[in-house]
Amino acid sequence: MGKLFAVVVTVITVVSTAIFITHTWWLPVDISAHGHAIDHQLSETMLSSGVLFVLSQLALAVFAWRYGDRKDGRQVKTFPGGATPMVVLAAILVGAEILTLTFVGSKVWAGIYQTPPDPNSLNIDVQAEQFAFYFRYAGADGKFGAVHPELINEANENFFGLDPAHDTTARDDIVVPSLVIPVNRPILLTLRAKDVNHAFYVPELRIQQDFVPGLVIPLHFTATQTGKHEIVCTQLCGLGHYNMRAYVEVLPQAQFDQWLKEKAAQQ
Amino acid sequence: MRTAYIAVFAMMALGTSVTTVRVAPSAAGTVSGKVTYTGTPPKMKPIDMAKEPNCAKEHAAAPVLTENVVTGPGNSLRWVVVYVSAGDEGSTPGTEPVRLDQKGCQYIPHVLVVQQDQPLDIYNDDPHAHNIHPLAKVNPEWNRSQPAGAPPIHTKWEKPEFIPVKCNVHPWMHGWHIVVATSHYAVTGEDGQFSLKGLPPGKYTLTAWQEQFGTLSQDVTITGTETKAVNFVFKATPY
Repeated sequence: MGKLFAVVVTVITVVSTAIFITHTWWLPVDISAHGHAIDHQLSETMLSSGVLFVLSQLALAVFAWRYGDRKDGRQVKTFPGGATPMVVLAAILVGAEILTLTFVGSKVWAGIYQTPPDPNSLNIDVQAEQFAFYFRYAGADGKFGAVHPELINEANENFFGLDPAHDTTARDDIVVPSLVIPVNRPILLTLRAKDVNHAFYVPELRIQQDFVPGLVIPLHFTATQTGKHEIVCTQLCGLGHYNMRAYVEVLPQAQFDQWLKEKAAQQ
Repeated sequence: MRTAYIAVFAMMALGTSVTTVRVAPSAAGTVSGKVTYTGTPPKMKPIDMAKEPNCAKEHAAAPVLTENVVTGPGNSLRWVVVYVSAGDEGSTPGTEPVRLDQKGCQYIPHVLVVQQDQPLDIYNDDPHAHNIHPLAKVNPEWNRSQPAGAPPIHTKWEKPEFIPVKCNVHPWMHGWHIVVATSHYAVTGEDGQFSLKGLPPGKYTLTAWQEQFGTLSQDVTITGTETKAVNFVFKATPY
């Protein structure tokens, strides 16, 4: 039985490791300027935890193979000092590994999320609500109209609560349900939530950020490849959470300008 | 005395000029007219349904426009409810079920008028779920999911109320359930025309309601089987 267990453990270890090494189920394509840092960090995490995983599983298999079928019930050897020092040592080793990964990972995270945005960024406002995302561009005047939550009215598509009757800067604001951005241009999103927590997650952009009602959260990135990808909400936000999604479309600058012009004409 | 004769003659002449040849089967009059606007109405904006690919595909050729203010030729206003708000006579209870469809991520009709206690059947004709949420305040508010292929929701409203209705999964879906206490009501079409038939003689207050511009009222007196012309003109603002 011990030998069979050893074989099964070895097979599981080899197959699951092979799936990672051959990238059978791997991350989607990275279309962001910062994504390589995340992918690199993830690879390092996978490598260090993967090596420990393989070593520990193979050790388990070796011990099971060698000692699993002993009938005399004699202990092979005891850990020096008994069980307590063994548990303490294991906790220190595993703790040190997790803390190291946390520190290294936080540095990568902070390098993306805690850095100031490019001053030439294209600013886009994002409103999350049950169960949709809306995006706002400043329009011809380059200024965003102020938001008044009490004026939010879905019937006339006033998703942000603008006051065009009194606020002239709000009149040309362009509000759309899809995020369209130019390629290779820094983008600064400003995230707001109307009701509950939501999240902005685009795996291809290597971006995931929560929306929190009452907070105005900046989020910046640069897309380096054109294409269309899904934006999904990854905070369970209610009954229709499954259907809370939008698309991000990355266009060449000229096509983006054309798109923005068309949308501006519809406002 | 002579003045009185002239006045009577003038009234008779006026009556003749506004009475059409149409005579209601019962001894009842009709009020008909047109709802228009002055000023600049808001733009009807195309609705981007990218979030729901089925609907985006269905409307790819001609995007659906916002319906909060729908205008037509000759400054006509669509989706205006004209109803007898006071002095109602001869109303009959609504027994025929009224049908609301959710199709192509739209409420059809956008403005649905139903009498209190009249059966209301709500269908989902789309290949995906909708979540119908009437934001009632006088009646009990409810919020129900209706997956694709689900049976119709059979319901009714017990008290008169103007109820905005939204879909929780498609924020652009917006409609109205107008619950009235009278059977004398009409909703204007693209030409802004309406007609209320079968009004027994009496004095009525007619109210026209438009979801963004509010209400306008006029009094009208029906004396016999005549057709009275009543027009409503809303003041429109672009925002």
